[in-house]
Amino acid sequence: MGSTEPKRTRRKDMLGLRGVSRAEITQILDTAARIRAVNRRRVKKVPTLRGRTVVSAFFENSTRTRMSFDLAAKRLSADVLGFSASSSSTRKGETLMDTARNIDAWRPDALIIRHPCAGAPHMLAKAFPWSVINAGDGIHEHPTQALLDMLTMRDHLGNLEGRRVAIVGDILHSRVARSNIFGLRTMGAQVVVAGPGTMCPKQLESLGVEVRHRIDEVVEDADVIMMLRIQRERLGRAMMTGVAEYAGLYGLDIDRLRRAHPEVLVMHPGPINRGVEMTPDVADGDRSVVLEQVSNGLAVRMALLYLLLGEEGGDARAS
Amino acid sequence: MVDETNAARTTRMTAGEVERTVRRLAIELVEQLGEPTSFVLVGVVTGGASLARLLADEIERTEGVRPTVGSVDITLYRDDLYTGLEKPVLGDTELPFGVGGAGIVLVDDVLFTGRTVRAALEELWDYGRPAWIKLAVLVDRGHRELPISADFVGRRLSTERSDRVLVDFGGGGGVHIVSTTGGR
Repeated sequence: MGSTEPKRTRRKDMLGLRGVSRAEITQILDTAARIRAVNRRRVKKVPTLRGRTVVSAFFENSTRTRMSFDLAAKRLSADVLGFSASSSSTRKGETLMDTARNIDAWRPDALIIRHPCAGAPHMLAKAFPWSVINAGDGIHEHPTQALLDMLTMRDHLGNLEGRRVAIVGDILHSRVARSNIFGLRTMGAQVVVAGPGTMCPKQLESLGVEVRHRIDEVVEDADVIMMLRIQRERLGRAMMTGVAEYAGLYGLDIDRLRRAHPEVLVMHPGPINRGVEMTPDVADGDRSVVLEQVSNGLAVRMALLYLLLGEEGGDARAS
Repeated sequence: MVDETNAARTTRMTAGEVERTVRRLAIELVEQLGEPTSFVLVGVVTGGASLARLLADEIERTEGVRPTVGSVDITLYRDDLYTGLEKPVLGDTELPFGVGGAGIVLVDDVLFTGRTVRAALEELWDYGRPAWIKLAVLVDRGHRELPISADFVGRRLSTERSDRVLVDFGGGGGVHIVSTTGGR
């Protein structure tokens, strides 16, 4: 950012939920709760971002997060460009910067980025004047997922203060878990995590969460049970004997769910490995809010684009 | 926000005057548009939505029939969103009737530049094709920037462009003008 940077009185980027205030999270969730009315209309589009350009650059495979962001931008009338890049050619910072300079030459207003390297979105946010939204960086953060999770919880529970959220699975390698932990702690919720010792080490307590190693210890008193997706390729490395054993020890089935609070919310960031993280009767049962999470993802992304996008277009910056 | 340190606040309509004006507007609406079932009132959030409810109350009291009331929040249709400042808080658009073919009275508390009305018209069109739209306002303060005028006007007030007009429909309310004298 040079000295010609115009005065900003608000946030430019959404890189992660660490350090984002309760007031700001509340503003984003309130905006999302209102803006989702657009998605229920006959004409599912408002002119808010007409003439704006949003580029999405996914350096990791993703279908639905990318589609959700694309649709969010389109519902606000922005033009959307998808930038495809194979992760192998862009692992190095220099190459990412070159890619970003190319994108910058199109004068975009926002970049949605998913990248295997933690901190990649932050680097671009510092270097360029447009808004950057982190759609997942390595094992670091995935703020829009946590925001949509919190919106879904808030729809059912009201205030999150004092609520108890159990996150089950590979906490250590999960950007979804990290963003949720930061956001939920800021909103005053209690967070308890459960998973195998290798995926859920005691050191996680430094993030302000309780650490357990058996799912049965966290199910009973939880208001929300959030099951993380298990990446099968990671199971072997993590000293687990395999998918079946993981499902037996950490999967949510109907017997475990019966011991939970009758109003408990069951969440999953998708896509679900049926029979691994949860059995089909749980995934399709009346406590599951998985599809509400998907709808709210669209709303949260619309809200962020509305709140973040900056000054009147044109070329305000020095060339 | 206007810097109020050098600001003078004057009352231009008392709460009683606002009440009487609302009563007259309600009578005019029914007189010119006919049965309260033949039109709907759509208030612009937030001041216009309050006025629309008051007009509906008044029409219900005199006619025994309450017109349908809706609201439009125009934030997503504004032409001044990207000033680099904090974004306005969104309100609710609630149109509990079919907009297509409807006779709509758009209601706002203050008519000023006309930009809010333009945005509201654009938003209503995204819900359907109304048969007609008329505009009712409590106060027309002048300084129009678009070719828009009101069909029903409570009171015309002459103001400076930099004045702020505050409308409060509460018990101790009224219409007040805050003018900045010193400037910056």
